[in-house]
Amino acid sequence: MDSVRSSRDAGRVKLPKAIKILVAGGFGAGKTTLVGAVSEIEPLRTEETLSDRGIGVDDLSGVETKQTTTVAMDFGRITIGDDYRLYLFGTPGQERFWFLWDELALGALGAVVLADTRRLADCFPSLDYFERRETPFIVAVNCFDGARRYELDEVRLGLTLHEDIPIVLCDARQRESGKEVLITLVEHAMRMRLGTTSRPSGAEPPTGQTAAR
Amino acid sequence: MSIFDEQPESQWVGDEAGPIVRPYVLTRGRTEPSRGRFDLITLVVTIRQVSSREPGLDPECLAIVRLCLQAQSVAEIAAHTNLPAGTVRVLLSDLLDQGFIAMQEPHSETDMHDERLYRAVLDGLRAL
Repeated sequence: MDSVRSSRDAGRVKLPKAIKILVAGGFGAGKTTLVGAVSEIEPLRTEETLSDRGIGVDDLSGVETKQTTTVAMDFGRITIGDDYRLYLFGTPGQERFWFLWDELALGALGAVVLADTRRLADCFPSLDYFERRETPFIVAVNCFDGARRYELDEVRLGLTLHEDIPIVLCDARQRESGKEVLITLVEHAMRMRLGTTSRPSGAEPPTGQTAAR
Repeated sequence: MSIFDEQPESQWVGDEAGPIVRPYVLTRGRTEPSRGRFDLITLVVTIRQVSSREPGLDPECLAIVRLCLQAQSVAEIAAHTNLPAGTVRVLLSDLLDQGFIAMQEPHSETDMHDERLYRAVLDGLRAL
């Protein structure tokens, strides 16, 4: 235990500002690995016990007794000076827990969608979710050993990803690689939110690209 | 319907009780904090020292107060105390009412339009 804080400081304690970034993707895409690679602490696991808060998503209408489900999330932390603390949350993958995503996504700086080229479709739900919610996100293609390497353009096509959305290759096990992914995301979120390259929402992409096939 | 209805004891012990009962015993049945939103990244810091024999403080609350001598997020508190985040939120609202902790809720999405925030985070990440 560190310094003793006197109660006179009550209410005057300066706490850093907490920021969250979500790491999404299909099961086994490397979410926790990425979190662990960049986190200053061993990834921790927290559990949300969901009860009637989930009504409307899990259909509990008419169920009198409280139904509960536990969803686990892994997360890590990066301290940025005295003023900011970044928390990285691996999102629970199951579709039926998306109401929990809403809580997580609220106030998030942005999201990294991890794609595994062997199971590209696994990350579709994440892409749909963040697109719909207008949460800034990028796609990071995790290069698993033994997986066939694709050109990023091929993956972009496979995901029908808008050209404004960055897509990068990464090795989720490597700290440097994870760092680059996060930097790409923060730069993208900044562009989106501060509007240096933003266009009115709902506008079509500038070029008349036709969908492949 | 009421929990006070007579139930055979066997339903409340061991595996039959499930892992869910205990967290709500700690919160005396409450599932929502009385005040504060307590987002997973809300930061909490202890502002009043406690002795280990502080009357009326559950061991779990005592553990939280000790843990938060250094600021912790709700998610971290939940992970370190092995309690579901929902339970921790209720306990934190009690501790807030009792003046043991101070907290900082994260700001809303509108706060995400502060360029300084992005610059600071980018500089911090590059320096890692």
